[in-house]
Amino acid sequence: MAIETVQANRKLDTQAGRQSRIAAVLLVGLSALTAMVFAQVGDGDAVFRLSRASDAIVLPDLAVPAMEFNYIAAGVLAFLGVRLWIRGGSGRISLSLGFGLLLAVAAFLVWATVGKAFSLTGMLQATVVRAVPIALGALAGVLSERVAVTNIAIEGMLLAGAFTGALAGSLLGGWGGIAAAVLVGGLFGLLLAALVVTYRVDQIIAGVVINLFVLGVTSYVSSQVFQEYRFLNNAPVFRVISIPLLSDIPVIGPVLFQQNIFVYGALIMVAVATYYLFYTRSGLRARAVGEHPRAADTLGIDVYRIRYINVTIAGMVAGFGGAWLTLGLVGRFDENMTGGRGFIALAAMIFGRWHPVGALMAALIFGFADSLQQKLALLQTPIPAEFLAMAPYLATIVVVAGLIGVARAPAADGKPYIKE
Amino acid sequence: MSEQGETATLTARLLERAAPKRADFEDLVIVPVFAVVVALILGGVAMLATNVDLETIGRSYVALAYGSIGSINALSETITAATPLILAGLGVALGFRAGLFNIGAEGQILMGGMAAVVVGFSFTGLPMLVHLPLALLAGIVAGALYAAIAGWIRAATGAHEVILTIMLNMISYRLVDYMLRMPAIQRPGRSDPISSSVLPTAELPRLLEWLGPNLRLHSGVFLMLAAVLFVYWLLFRSTIGFEFRASGESPEAARFAGMRSGLIIVLVMALGGAFAGLAGANQVLGVLGRASSGFSAGIGFDALAVALLGRSHPFGVVIAGLLFGALEAGGRQMQVDAGVSIDLIGIIQSLIILFIAAPLVVRALFPWGFRKGAPASKE
Repeated sequence: MAIETVQANRKLDTQAGRQSRIAAVLLVGLSALTAMVFAQVGDGDAVFRLSRASDAIVLPDLAVPAMEFNYIAAGVLAFLGVRLWIRGGSGRISLSLGFGLLLAVAAFLVWATVGKAFSLTGMLQATVVRAVPIALGALAGVLSERVAVTNIAIEGMLLAGAFTGALAGSLLGGWGGIAAAVLVGGLFGLLLAALVVTYRVDQIIAGVVINLFVLGVTSYVSSQVFQEYRFLNNAPVFRVISIPLLSDIPVIGPVLFQQNIFVYGALIMVAVATYYLFYTRSGLRARAVGEHPRAADTLGIDVYRIRYINVTIAGMVAGFGGAWLTLGLVGRFDENMTGGRGFIALAAMIFGRWHPVGALMAALIFGFADSLQQKLALLQTPIPAEFLAMAPYLATIVVVAGLIGVARAPAADGKPYIKE
Repeated sequence: MSEQGETATLTARLLERAAPKRADFEDLVIVPVFAVVVALILGGVAMLATNVDLETIGRSYVALAYGSIGSINALSETITAATPLILAGLGVALGFRAGLFNIGAEGQILMGGMAAVVVGFSFTGLPMLVHLPLALLAGIVAGALYAAIAGWIRAATGAHEVILTIMLNMISYRLVDYMLRMPAIQRPGRSDPISSSVLPTAELPRLLEWLGPNLRLHSGVFLMLAAVLFVYWLLFRSTIGFEFRASGESPEAARFAGMRSGLIIVLVMALGGAFAGLAGANQVLGVLGRASSGFSAGIGFDALAVALLGRSHPFGVVIAGLLFGALEAGGRQMQVDAGVSIDLIGIIQSLIILFIAAPLVVRALFPWGFRKGAPASKE
């Protein structure tokens, strides 16, 4: 037993050591990139606008001397990398790498903006908006994978929510649309639960089937019915609600407190889900079902019932997130309008280590990259737009390979449980 | 369980899988037939629900049958649509057998297709006997390398292959869009992302042009058949295939038996990518003649369904691929003849997979189709 523990520890040590070396190399590489590319700009300032003229409190523009900033950034990156290399596993890998990536992005922004002006607040606002469906999808993933049901069906649930939001929103108005989207999302959650729990369909297959089915039904109805009866696909869009006082805070106000109902809803749901999963009895039970269903069953917990409930709730969350696409953004449904966001949400969930807050953070990173790419098109950098669009996915691969390699899914994830 | 005991039961399970017993007749024949019939009926219900009258529903199913198997042209279209599905489906099935969930077929198809197109239009003056194999090989290698990235990262760091392949898919869309605008690749005089056309020496020759000019069936179908036989041999007759299946069934036992799990992961992914890349090359060299934005057209995702439906068995993949190809070709006819949207096919396809994947559901719906007390499927 003792030998095993020692061996396990050594294994962990080498794993952490390898990770820190990967991260260190990455940081030094970023440092070189920053020094050799981003710092090679003439004298000039990068101007970041923090407020609009109409804001209650107007902050002055932030003027960053480009070359100096980027050389300092390169120095800090190199320091972080070398420090991580020397100190190995004890060097706070995630923190260093996270900070380093942030710094590299800042250096990139300064390089792209030099001699021009760029609205930082506007981009952060767009970041939060674009993170919403990914965060909600990832939250749906967390809720169902915590009870050991792999949820490939997030994409389909988002799409179902978007479709129902548009259809019911056109007939009943915005709130009716949200209610219907949540309901239909929940139905698909229930269907997934029934397939994998009661009928013991392979969880991946069940998810793929739901995705295909929703894509088929929504595309069929939108081309067969919506083309002809356009009033069925003309939903109202929720307006921005400014929260008094809080929304006047510079930068933070517009980013967090001048948003529509979906952004507030997402933030509240993440908080509630965290509380539920980690601070309540039923959350503890749910996690027990995900880690060791047999033990949970022995203690008198109804494994099947808990899986049904959690996966249904997950579906409702995803349905709400899907409604954002139609009721929160454009007001009409288009075929396959989720465009793979459900799969990004899946990545965000794993990225966020199966934790609601982690999932939200990961979603914000994707949202940031998404809005960055859009805003940068205005700045006309020499980098092709396609490569900027690739950046978040490349970053995900790097981070997943370098860091999350050892992140642990709930122990029973993906396995059916058969009562004895 | 002891090490030896586990290896022994593993061998027994693998052998059992390779040769299905007669008792599996229900699972292999009755369930699929029920699935197709019920899916078609429910498709009719979907049409009724969207205000399509009974006569049109009848007409659309006649068109579906006619467009998929009703004429030489229909058969040619069905096989043409099925070929890339089967090729990519074989790649996905290989992954399933080894316990890897390769969602990346779409990206691998794109990469393979791009490589094949570039080789297909760049080398002038080569004889067909050299040019065509070269273009196909380029597609295979590109697909294999692209998939091997995911395999290598998975083997080296343990990162989940589902995330890796999803991300590689996303990257491949952008990469293809970028490449299609490169001056060396973009068709001269065009501003939209579209490549130059493949030279005639690199095209997969059509087989039935002597019967009619519209028959698109091309010699890629032979490649597909060869690939099916190769995968069968690989999985069930070769040592490496046994290692693939063993690590899929029980990675622990495989490792104890001395198999190198990291190498197997990279190999399986690369092989799967090679088939997907061949599917991409097959599309651009046999059907499309050029590459354009998103030319993979979701084949990579349909291939997932085909592999699942075919139970990851090469012959099963062929049958599933033909079924999907028939629905695809028939669906186009249905849209033209009856004015019913081809998206209905998506509904029918997903229902078929659902019923085949969930024998318990079919048994619950149609209890009289089965022997009393028949054992539930192990799935």
